[in-house]
Amino acid sequence: MIVRGKVFKYGDNVDTDVIIPARYLNTSDPKVLASHCMEDIDPSFASGVKEGDIMVARNNFGCGSSREHAPIAIKASGIACVIAASFARIFYRNAINIGLAILECPAAAENIEAGDQIAIDFDSGVIQNLTKNQEYQAQPFPPFIKSIIEQNGLLNAIQDGGYKNE
Amino acid sequence: MGMTMTQKILADHAGLPMVTAGQLINAKVDFVLGNDITGPVAIQEFKRSGFTEVFDPQKIALVMDHFAPNKDIKAAEQCQMCRGFAGEMQLQHFYDVGEMGIEHALLPEKGLVASGELIIGADSHTCTYGALGAFSTGVGSTDMAAAMATGQIWFKVPPAIQFVLTGKPQPYVSGKDVILHIIGMLGVDGALYQSMEFTGSGLGHLTMDDRLAMANMAIEAGAKNGIFEVDDVTREYMKGRVQREYKVYKADADAEYSRVIPIDLSAIEPTVAFPHLPDNVRTPKDFGDIPIDQVVIGSCTNGRLSDIKTAADILKGRKVAKNVRTIVIPATQAIYKEAMKLGYLETLIDAGCAISTPTCGPCLGGHMGILAPGERCVATTNRNFVGRMGHTQSEVYLASPAIAAASAVTGKLTAPSQLKEVSK
Repeated sequence: MIVRGKVFKYGDNVDTDVIIPARYLNTSDPKVLASHCMEDIDPSFASGVKEGDIMVARNNFGCGSSREHAPIAIKASGIACVIAASFARIFYRNAINIGLAILECPAAAENIEAGDQIAIDFDSGVIQNLTKNQEYQAQPFPPFIKSIIEQNGLLNAIQDGGYKNE
Repeated sequence: MGMTMTQKILADHAGLPMVTAGQLINAKVDFVLGNDITGPVAIQEFKRSGFTEVFDPQKIALVMDHFAPNKDIKAAEQCQMCRGFAGEMQLQHFYDVGEMGIEHALLPEKGLVASGELIIGADSHTCTYGALGAFSTGVGSTDMAAAMATGQIWFKVPPAIQFVLTGKPQPYVSGKDVILHIIGMLGVDGALYQSMEFTGSGLGHLTMDDRLAMANMAIEAGAKNGIFEVDDVTREYMKGRVQREYKVYKADADAEYSRVIPIDLSAIEPTVAFPHLPDNVRTPKDFGDIPIDQVVIGSCTNGRLSDIKTAADILKGRKVAKNVRTIVIPATQAIYKEAMKLGYLETLIDAGCAISTPTCGPCLGGHMGILAPGERCVATTNRNFVGRMGHTQSEVYLASPAIAAASAVTGKLTAPSQLKEVSK
């Protein structure tokens, strides 16, 4: 699968409190959450993001709380993939479990800038920067995690008779 | 090659003789936790996926602590959904207003978590129970739903950083100061995906409340879990609380660690994390002049009896500064009652503090003490991200109860040693 989109770029340690502030956690409606996504560090994000756009950040993306509302808000906003140099571990699990595509790629996190047009090939893990004419290789998922994603999330995988462990 | 403490617990719960860092395993869980924020998402996912039964109604807790007592209609609906699910599934551990406490203070207090057990919770501070020598870690709501249904969860076995503690902390240096010092040293992603394992002769100088505060904040260094070697202090704490057999694990002598970091507890100074990250730490000589508007003493990090006592000891015979709203939140009903019996609450009220029923409330900017633009708060909580306690232009300074209480007196960020004597 290949996705193309415009980049929203952020820095280090983007925490779940800025992805979706706790004052909105009295709901779990994805549309409502999406309308407040990133508003404390980028008030224009929710109105500017289009279906298929890409979020790129540096280290430790999604640090802080375990709120699954954070990847849910990002996914519901239309973001097709989050690329970061590294992810906080609970966010990483949550994204996989709800089916938000994420890629770890320090080179992409370093070189991609806000507004760049990029294309991602999920099968090969190749990220193309169409604006800068560069290419970066992301780390592919281990087969076990790939099997959860292919079965459309953790709970579907369990209901389908269990996910594959190596 | 030997295993770390965490690896041994994971291996046993996965039914494997041995695991190594990086290995993907399926492990049995001993206990599953959710709250009024993460519970509803888990319940919806559980039902949407067609599950009708939980794996064990004795081994799941739902604690209504974040926006409870209900802060608004939506929060009330979230608690209502949890209450309904708990009834339907006959969950033995549903804690609502009147018997609830802040989850990570409540579960150890009630003996629901013990040494050697594997606990997951849909709350990032679930790592707190590592203080008892358990493997416990925060997960999301979908993981919680899966564990409620199957009693199992997948993990990637973590490598570990070993902290060898020696020496005795100075007066007014608590577990909170030690963990802030360590987070300052490692950075907020310095232990990413790893265990933080605490051992050494210095352990004997750390109370259970100190250890709970330290394990609680392992997540603020990015860690998967924090875990303490079990000693007499741990056993004493579990006595009378844990009504079942528990197992004590010790790391192998030849366990492999990614780093071994010696920590001399006697050299650690009172430590505060300045805005807006827990690793932005400073000691009193670098505090500067920071006038404040609010003090919060409470949370899953520092709302325990010894924390309330420390605040009361400092505030006895003193008054909080004019225009500093000082909010004290005992973390559980039992702590509240004990603090009342011992006179701490009266001392705090006489000093001008407000006492609240247990709630996470202000820590995550929910209710009970939200900040306006430009306001500053010294809080014994665990996160000081942008907008964490209110407006994006407000600031949170993370500190021990001693520093929080001293700051309430002077109206600016203050170490207890900087206070004038009380005139007798």
